[in-house]
Amino acid sequence: MQIFHRSFNTISKVTIFGAVFIAAGLCWFAAIFYRSSYVTESHLAFVQPVPFSHAHHVGQLGIDCRYCHTSVETSAFAGIPPTKTCMNCHQQIWTGSAMLEPVRESYRSGKSIPWERVHNLPGFVYFDHSIHVAKGVGCASCHGPIDEMPLTYQENTLLMEWCLECHRNPENHLRPKSEIFNMRWQAGDQTSLGQELVRKYGVRTPHELTSCSTCHR
Amino acid sequence: MAVDSEGRRFWRSLEEYLDTPEFQEMLHREFPEQASEWTDPVTRRRFLTVMGASLALMGLNGCSTQPAPREKIMPYVRQPQEIVPGKKLYFATAMPLAGVVTGLLVESHEGRPTKIDGNPLHPASPPASHPDADVGASDLLMQASILGLYDPDRSQGVTYRGQPRSWNEMLAELRRALEKLKKQGGEGLYLLTENVTSPTLAAQLNELLDDEHFPKAKWYQYEPAGRSNVLEGARLAFGEYVNTYYDFTKADVVLSLDSDFLLAGPGTLRYTRDYTSRRRVRTKETKLADVKQNRLYVVECGMSNTGGVADHRLALLPSQIERFALALAAELDLPDAKKEYSEDLPKEAQRWLKPLAKDLRDHAGKCIILAGDGQPAQLHAVVHVLNHALKNIGQTVKYTTPIEAKPVDHGQQIAELVKEMDESKVKMLVILGGNPVYTAPVDLQFAEHLKKVPLRVHLGLYQDETAALCDWHVPEAHFLESWSDGRAYDGTASIIQPLITPLYNGRTAHEMLALFTDSPERAGLEIVKEHWRDWWKQQKRSGSFEEFWRQSLQEGVLADTAFPHRDVTPKSGWAERAAKAAPAESDSEGMEIVFRPDPTLFDGRFANNGWLQELPKPVTKLTWDNAAIVSPKTAEKLGIAYAGNIHSASGRPGPNGGEHGQALVDVIALKHAGRIIKAPVWIQPGHADDAVTVHLGHGRWRGGRVANGIGFNANILRISENPWFYSGLEVVKVHYETHVLACTQMHHNMEERAPIRTKPLGYFREHPHFADELTASETEKPEVLAQVPGPQPRGRAEEQLEEARKKDPDKNRLIPLTLYKEAEKEFEEESKQLGEPGKEPSKGYQWGMAIDLTTCTGCSACVVACQSENNIPVVGKEEVTRGREMHWLRIDRYYGGEPFDPNKVSAHFQPVPCMHCEKAPCELVCPVGATVHSHDGLNDMIYNRCVGTRYCSNNCPYKVRRFNFLQFADFSTSSLKLMRNPEVTVRSRGVMEKCTYCVQRIRAADIEAEREGRRIADEHLMTACQAACPAGAIVFGDINNKNSAVYQCKEEPTNYALLAGLNTQPRTTYLAALRNPNPELEEKT
Repeated sequence: MQIFHRSFNTISKVTIFGAVFIAAGLCWFAAIFYRSSYVTESHLAFVQPVPFSHAHHVGQLGIDCRYCHTSVETSAFAGIPPTKTCMNCHQQIWTGSAMLEPVRESYRSGKSIPWERVHNLPGFVYFDHSIHVAKGVGCASCHGPIDEMPLTYQENTLLMEWCLECHRNPENHLRPKSEIFNMRWQAGDQTSLGQELVRKYGVRTPHELTSCSTCHR
Repeated sequence: MAVDSEGRRFWRSLEEYLDTPEFQEMLHREFPEQASEWTDPVTRRRFLTVMGASLALMGLNGCSTQPAPREKIMPYVRQPQEIVPGKKLYFATAMPLAGVVTGLLVESHEGRPTKIDGNPLHPASPPASHPDADVGASDLLMQASILGLYDPDRSQGVTYRGQPRSWNEMLAELRRALEKLKKQGGEGLYLLTENVTSPTLAAQLNELLDDEHFPKAKWYQYEPAGRSNVLEGARLAFGEYVNTYYDFTKADVVLSLDSDFLLAGPGTLRYTRDYTSRRRVRTKETKLADVKQNRLYVVECGMSNTGGVADHRLALLPSQIERFALALAAELDLPDAKKEYSEDLPKEAQRWLKPLAKDLRDHAGKCIILAGDGQPAQLHAVVHVLNHALKNIGQTVKYTTPIEAKPVDHGQQIAELVKEMDESKVKMLVILGGNPVYTAPVDLQFAEHLKKVPLRVHLGLYQDETAALCDWHVPEAHFLESWSDGRAYDGTASIIQPLITPLYNGRTAHEMLALFTDSPERAGLEIVKEHWRDWWKQQKRSGSFEEFWRQSLQEGVLADTAFPHRDVTPKSGWAERAAKAAPAESDSEGMEIVFRPDPTLFDGRFANNGWLQELPKPVTKLTWDNAAIVSPKTAEKLGIAYAGNIHSASGRPGPNGGEHGQALVDVIALKHAGRIIKAPVWIQPGHADDAVTVHLGHGRWRGGRVANGIGFNANILRISENPWFYSGLEVVKVHYETHVLACTQMHHNMEERAPIRTKPLGYFREHPHFADELTASETEKPEVLAQVPGPQPRGRAEEQLEEARKKDPDKNRLIPLTLYKEAEKEFEEESKQLGEPGKEPSKGYQWGMAIDLTTCTGCSACVVACQSENNIPVVGKEEVTRGREMHWLRIDRYYGGEPFDPNKVSAHFQPVPCMHCEKAPCELVCPVGATVHSHDGLNDMIYNRCVGTRYCSNNCPYKVRRFNFLQFADFSTSSLKLMRNPEVTVRSRGVMEKCTYCVQRIRAADIEAEREGRRIADEHLMTACQAACPAGAIVFGDINNKNSAVYQCKEEPTNYALLAGLNTQPRTTYLAALRNPNPELEEKT
């Protein structure tokens, strides 16, 4: 007596051979999904209380990064400007703009402007801006073309593999200290320059840079 | 049990000493029974009570696809100039304890105080470890007071008979009452404060009592664990109150009569530092033959830290100590001293007198005799006379005017106040701080009499026992929220400045008192600053006051305010006065009872502090309880079962010394004058026979969620006449009743591998390398020795290596002590890459630690400092009894000697952090690579990788790894979130953790040094334990740098590694303990 229909022969063959591909496909999908901007939140602009444009302030007006992010060279945290910093200029210009009302409101009431955090590291990662800047890592190396962003978004995945890519090969991403805040700088010959800067700035070996406690503690 | 080369035995408990079968069984089980059980409703409920936490929804974060939850950034509106987000600031302030202040340097993250250290510029908290250190030493109460600030159980609002009221309602009522009282010149207005050294508060009180305000009002002081006897003793000797302090840097010989000066009391940090500076042995600085140490004799009843580390220790009943001092006076040929005093003394004490007197006489002008705070005034008087006779005054013993604003006998004061309350003279009682309903001796019946007062006002940190019986209760500001001031042990004044605005609208005593004298309310800052402005004007100093004020705040001390030395001489006739003042010798039967402030909870004011409850008491290692402490012989007499004894009544075997911390002990009833308390018994080797020691501070009933119902209230047996000890105590065993004590003394046992190595100084001079001995087998020894990192072993070891090579020339590699050869290869390759430390220096840092056991006093400040720095959770009593306490750093306490002879017991303390083994056994067994080595020699622990297999902990020979069996960290109490160190991950359930050598500090110092293009200097990088240590016993640094202090320590001949025979090559090593016994007092065998 035949229990299974004939077509099951084909189905079973396809299933047996297909299982490998299905499993591989699932893995592939998981890998892609894990790196997608759905998970990493890269290239996603958030609705901010004030639609602050780096493209305008940096790209067009040419304000230095450190005018607002004052502690980038001294502290782990680069610093988000206090309302006072905004008001330094906006007491004089665009004083009636409806867009800037939350800023003025904050200045009047003394309550902080609740910015949406764009670069959001997990709690067990301890990133330090000051040492990266001191060792020749430019702003644009991690933050991308900030000067072209009307609303700020995260340029990179911030996954550990992305961090390690540079910690394993720092020479590919270093620039002279004078060009740290230059958004447009391009290396002529990154390979030789990078190696020279590694020596000059005393950048540690990949072995040292990839110790777990360098970032996790 | 540890046995050293000469057969001296070191043991942790009686059970270990007697080596009972139960003990062996427990030892080999390795983990407590039920150690791996996860669920226990009782535990969880208790845990909730402790932390006020809820476990709801924790761990759901892990289900989110995004690695980090969305956050908002809230920048300042106007950023204060000095605040840089991400950078911490330090502020100098001071901590008052029983009135006396110690300088603090408090770390603040964006306005949140998170960590307390000593202020190196303050005399009472000398620089830690390194003379140029950025922070000063601290004690365990200082370290833990940060948790007190954020305690969610603190009183949070004004109440009238328990009902919430507004501040203004209270104000109106108070003013109405005061107006009435003012008409009668303040008659009926009574103020009760704690001990007052604050110049501002004293000035305010004096103003209040002047003719314009309330001339007939009365001010009383009561400090339950105060130092009245010390001051009264000075008055007996000199006819006036003087303040006494000591200079241990000049003392060759120290005799402590029941004084635990290395653990507690005003100036203890300075004393410990100075004392250990004369104890430390460094062969680099001095030739071996010239190596010297001071000598410490201790006469005491219970085993204290000071007694434990003494060169000679004599156990006497507290009542015998005075006689001992008088006999010593006679031996020193003091006029008026009578020889017959020695006749009543025990034999051992008589044997002591001659050699001790000779040693003191030989070091006249260079010795110190000091008496404990609990000893009667008469003894203190005798001690002053002895110090005078030995020409110590002005040399090692200094006198100044008292630091107290109004020195009084606190016992008398509270008794008087009760009497006046009884006579209904008190119309209004204002209690400014303190908790007399709980702390007053119960025979006074303070609570009963308090009810007779028509209007009762209480200012306190908690809605405590006193608050419950008062009409009005006002929340007090914590000292980290207050403007105030106070004096240190030598009279130096400090301003107490707030680190944060009061969390719960607390007020200070200054602000309360201002209501009595001024019509408008005044802020604390204004009151304190005004006082010092007046003082400054009187001083006629140059410059501006504002500048002086700012400098004083920045430095944490008011310059040149230490009191000048005074030249005082004992008045004649001291002997008669001492004899007259002494209470008649009671012939009453029964035992002596001794009261002591708890080493961690003090008089009970820290009872709601989970860190302090869970911190093992420095000597007994008990947590979450107090006990009636008796000697083994007394226990035997009382029929208390222990070790091998079989319980006579129940046939149950006695407690096995702690089934990994769970000690089931008998209960005894202590009876005196119709009052009775039931207390669990703890058998303490070294305790004098026929006496019971009990600690104050437990048995609170309105202390807060943590404090309530823990231990018994020893105040019930305290009598106002002699609050510290008396005889005639009746002790009866309570049959068929037992109590579970949580004791950590048997946790993490290392069994028979000589963890403690100690020798007398004389032996050391001849055999400097005595600690080099290995616990490996004979054949392995030389090979292993050759491989031990750091400076190469010299002498004996080298010879042994040569010999071994001669026997077997083929042996040119290390015997694989591990079965896992792959790891061996890996290690070798890594060594090649990095350059082996100590041999072929690599350029980078290689971190290491050395702990000097000669100077360690076991004070446990390091344990709390570690807890504070590294966000270590509290687990509760039940969890401790399962061996699940989380302290990254533990202090093992070993006893040496004969437990049944109290005079022959010594204590040895050994702090054990993670060893950061170069060949770490834990790393090999982690299946997920959550614990690996860093480039600078740290054994990293990566929490986010850990899946909680606990293999690493099983494979750790030092048992330093701690596992989060439950959700111990409290993620929900908002005030505790403010307290955490933002540089350290708060760990969740299911994660392993351990000492990291404070890696967050290493990385921060490294980044700073790299930015500035320099190397890290010793004084700029300290682990939390090192920074706290008043003895400078913990040294940490770069072992790749030959000039670093840690390298120098590891070069010392006494340097040894724990379990070196396992070839784990630990980065933490120990310097063997050297003691300096008097050869003439050594027993001839």
